[in-house]
Amino acid sequence: MFGKLVYLDNAASTRLDERVLEAMKPYFFETYAVATSEFGYSIGIEAKEALEKARGTLTPALGASPEELIFTSGSTESSNLALKGVAMALGEKKGRHIITSKIEDFPVLNSAKSLEKQGFRITYLNVDSEGFVDFDQLRGSLTDDTILVSVQHANQEIGTIQDIESIGRLCREKGVIFHTDATHTFTRVPLDVRKMPVDLITISAHTIHGPKGIGGLYTRKGTPIKNLMDGGFQEFNLRAGLENIPGAVGFAKAVELVTPEENEQLMTMRDRLIDRVLSEIPHTTLNGHRWKRTPHNANITFHFVEGESITLHLDMRGFAVSTGSACFSRSLQASHVILGIGGDHERAHGSVRFTFGRYNTMEDANGVVEAIAEIVKELRAISPLRETTA
Amino acid sequence: MRFPYSEKVLEHFRHPHNVGQIEHPDGKAIEGSPACGDMVAVYIKVDSETKRIADIKFESYGCASNIATGSIITDLAKGKTIDEAKKITWKEASDALGGLPPIKAHCSVLAVEGLRTAIRNYEERHGLVKDKEPTTVEALRRRLRHVMNPLTGLDLVRTKLIKEIEMKDGTVRVVVDLPADHQFASAIKEDIIEKVEPLWDVEKVLVEFTE
Repeated sequence: MFGKLVYLDNAASTRLDERVLEAMKPYFFETYAVATSEFGYSIGIEAKEALEKARGTLTPALGASPEELIFTSGSTESSNLALKGVAMALGEKKGRHIITSKIEDFPVLNSAKSLEKQGFRITYLNVDSEGFVDFDQLRGSLTDDTILVSVQHANQEIGTIQDIESIGRLCREKGVIFHTDATHTFTRVPLDVRKMPVDLITISAHTIHGPKGIGGLYTRKGTPIKNLMDGGFQEFNLRAGLENIPGAVGFAKAVELVTPEENEQLMTMRDRLIDRVLSEIPHTTLNGHRWKRTPHNANITFHFVEGESITLHLDMRGFAVSTGSACFSRSLQASHVILGIGGDHERAHGSVRFTFGRYNTMEDANGVVEAIAEIVKELRAISPLRETTA
Repeated sequence: MRFPYSEKVLEHFRHPHNVGQIEHPDGKAIEGSPACGDMVAVYIKVDSETKRIADIKFESYGCASNIATGSIITDLAKGKTIDEAKKITWKEASDALGGLPPIKAHCSVLAVEGLRTAIRNYEERHGLVKDKEPTTVEALRRRLRHVMNPLTGLDLVRTKLIKEIEMKDGTVRVVVDLPADHQFASAIKEDIIEKVEPLWDVEKVLVEFTE
């Protein structure tokens, strides 16, 4: 009745690419053995080879060597392993201070909070109005007690790309381990560990048209880290549990399928949307930096209206987006990112995130702008806020 | 397609009834604040003979359940006497909408409170408050629970920003524990005056800040 769905929430999840599914299939129906059975029978050898081949396909995307990548169940596990694993390895030996930022995604933020309850001291760095971490505060916060800095590569909501090269260099000078959550940048924004002093990197397949339930943690050789789960001796003894071989194969295929041309195309759609909204719809504010943002992310506040109403109206017209409004979240909390960049609650409530993916077209970008222009006009007409400020 | 709301909610959300303002209303109310996420304004015209609600309009800055509740509650109140309208509960509004998700209750309660406050505002302005008890500090504190602190989205009482309340010879003095140059100082001051001034025995409202 509403026609086809235009999915513009690709930072949350993506449609699986059929080619990924095809690559995975044999590992469900033919080579379904576990990789640890390589000394038992031939499909065990094949399984082990498939896992290592996937690892070898993935790591060049980071400039890393295969033995530096641990497969996990996704970003949440990877970031938990990075923060808690380092804390467990160094908490007794070196220190109990960790630095992160106020606008991290929940796996990092809540791992930090959980460590805080266990007696670790956490510094949550401030960010400026575009979402960049306060570099001077970082410099001033590093002490002999600091064991880890965790600052995301790019933000999940507003797409701001941090200068992780400078952050990493500072950490390197002080001998502090540096973790970055690259869930929203992996293969979309260059990140090469041969050039960038990063020790731990969270990556995931679900944001690049790969399967859910598979991710990874790049772990630079020699980084002190302890496993969180006890069990078998998989993943260099850092991640016990049966290997998700179909997932790993699918992840590797997903990485192979991302091209620079595709990233360019995403950026073109993003820019069209941002330019049109800001010029055609009054009382709108772009959240995040105009250019230093992930190629597929646009986040805009539509003042005097509430985000859940916008998303529901868009949904009725066949567009799926997300918002930083408290009404949209399960916690009824306004976006900590928009509040973190100094926005007030009104700015958070009216914020809408559009994230493009492989299956979007320029027609989708134009279509959503036209739909939202009408919706915002209607909602403003019934809003008691319009007159005071408009 | 599937939505997290009933058909009835969606219908009122898509095409809300009784939307807008009434010029020179007999009673009005604004509940909530942009900070707490939802805000609703209710305007009423009351027939002075029959005490029936002749016209009612609302405006909403809010989510679907806030808009839909505003729409249904104004439908339910129209034509009723103010005493009948006062008694409309959130449950009745919610039932008329075919139910609301529990997590959305707080968004929709605002519209119900808005209606009651608009009626009280009418009664106060027209000398109809029956039990004319002198306003106590406790009663003032209850009123101030409706003034939001935009920083947190919570009310001033709950966030412990009310340092002093005094009522003397018709003059109310409220001391707010915020600097006078605070970004929301003037908004909070205005809101306090708007909520306290209509009380029948209040002649003057003084709002002071701590620094």
